[in-house]
Amino acid sequence: MFALRDKKLADDIISKITKAKMQLRFMHVCGTHQDTLVKHGLDVLLRKCGIEIGQGPGCPVCVTTPKEIEEILLLAKRGMMITTFGDMTRVPGVTSSLQQMKTEGCDVQIVYSIEDALSLAEKQKEKDVVFMAVGFETTAPTTASVILQDPPSNFSVLCCHRLIPPALHAILKMGEIKIDGFIEPGHVSTIIGINPYNFISKEYHVPQVIAGFEPLDLLMAAWMLVRQIKEGNIEVENEYTRAVNSQGNIKAQKILKQVFEPIDVKWRGFPKIPRSGLKLRKKYDIYDARIKYEDELCKLSKEEYPEPIGCLCGEVLRGLISSKQCPLFSRECTPETPVGPCMVSSEGSCHIEYLYSKK
Amino acid sequence: MCLAIPGKIIDLDTRKQSATVEYGGGTKRKTNVSLVEVKIGDYVLVHAGFAIQVIDEKEALETLALFREMLSQEDE
Repeated sequence: MFALRDKKLADDIISKITKAKMQLRFMHVCGTHQDTLVKHGLDVLLRKCGIEIGQGPGCPVCVTTPKEIEEILLLAKRGMMITTFGDMTRVPGVTSSLQQMKTEGCDVQIVYSIEDALSLAEKQKEKDVVFMAVGFETTAPTTASVILQDPPSNFSVLCCHRLIPPALHAILKMGEIKIDGFIEPGHVSTIIGINPYNFISKEYHVPQVIAGFEPLDLLMAAWMLVRQIKEGNIEVENEYTRAVNSQGNIKAQKILKQVFEPIDVKWRGFPKIPRSGLKLRKKYDIYDARIKYEDELCKLSKEEYPEPIGCLCGEVLRGLISSKQCPLFSRECTPETPVGPCMVSSEGSCHIEYLYSKK
Repeated sequence: MCLAIPGKIIDLDTRKQSATVEYGGGTKRKTNVSLVEVKIGDYVLVHAGFAIQVIDEKEALETLALFREMLSQEDE
């Protein structure tokens, strides 16, 4: 449905990028973009014309912190039914993983949607059901919508939602790597629109293009960034016009604002990023697992928990190294024996690199 | 996780904020439409069981032509 495939057009775009004769480094923040880039060999193709494209902190499972993993493991241990998306269950924490705890008898259920978690809570009123809510602006409205449906009192949410624009700002502010342009995530942008990215281009003079997920979308986005740099006209452009409009999804934004407030949170590999996380508003405290189970969760260390030994997911997420540059990649760390979350998640750059390098 | 799949709304229950969405190959699934304003026949992007945005069908069908136009402008 609406597939975009046209070899001549792809050749034309590549030829234009090659003619520009520039050496540039772009960052995107989306596992689905990384999948398209690696699956179709676009990363290699673009490198030949001078463009390096790497994935930043664009994998919600990967940026979830070791402390958040310990929180959900503790709740599983205390007998709650834990519901979350599949990849999340396999991320190793310091003490265990949800998948491991399931084999030890804990109640861990993989769901496709938060609505499945809600329906488990409705059917099993005697069980305390906790949904571990991960995801960016694309997913957070689905959590908000369910909270507005007055869920039963045995349902709560461990909120780990995060917001993309503050993370982009943090990367530029940290200044560890030079980024010549951002390819922005299309589906996050369907919700937030174009405006929330503007301050980044203004403050740091970095071009941005919102892109779709077909190979041609990404080639086009790369060329649009090259063109902005060539012409010195730095702004936020929208390549994904079929799904993203400038205001975004206003209804979803209103629901988000009604249910959540922004808070400062840590991301894996990053220090605390101002206003980059979401917390349920006070009115919805009864659904906030961190408040509901405060007596249990306060037993965890107040400090952040350590990364797995030797794991360089933090450096991968900050764009400092590629997956292949991690000494554990494809040796100790594989999808069957993941050391860090970037090898677990289907959106993690290590997992994607491993998957396609074996084909 | 931010993957969203396009589909067409073929049935709609506004009271329950629920729709039947048909994907390519005839697959149909119930979808929550509480985050969007939709009518039967609209194409939507579906993420984790929720429609998150309506696809502009005209823009979608004209995307390739739009790309070609943008590239040719550059040559002028």
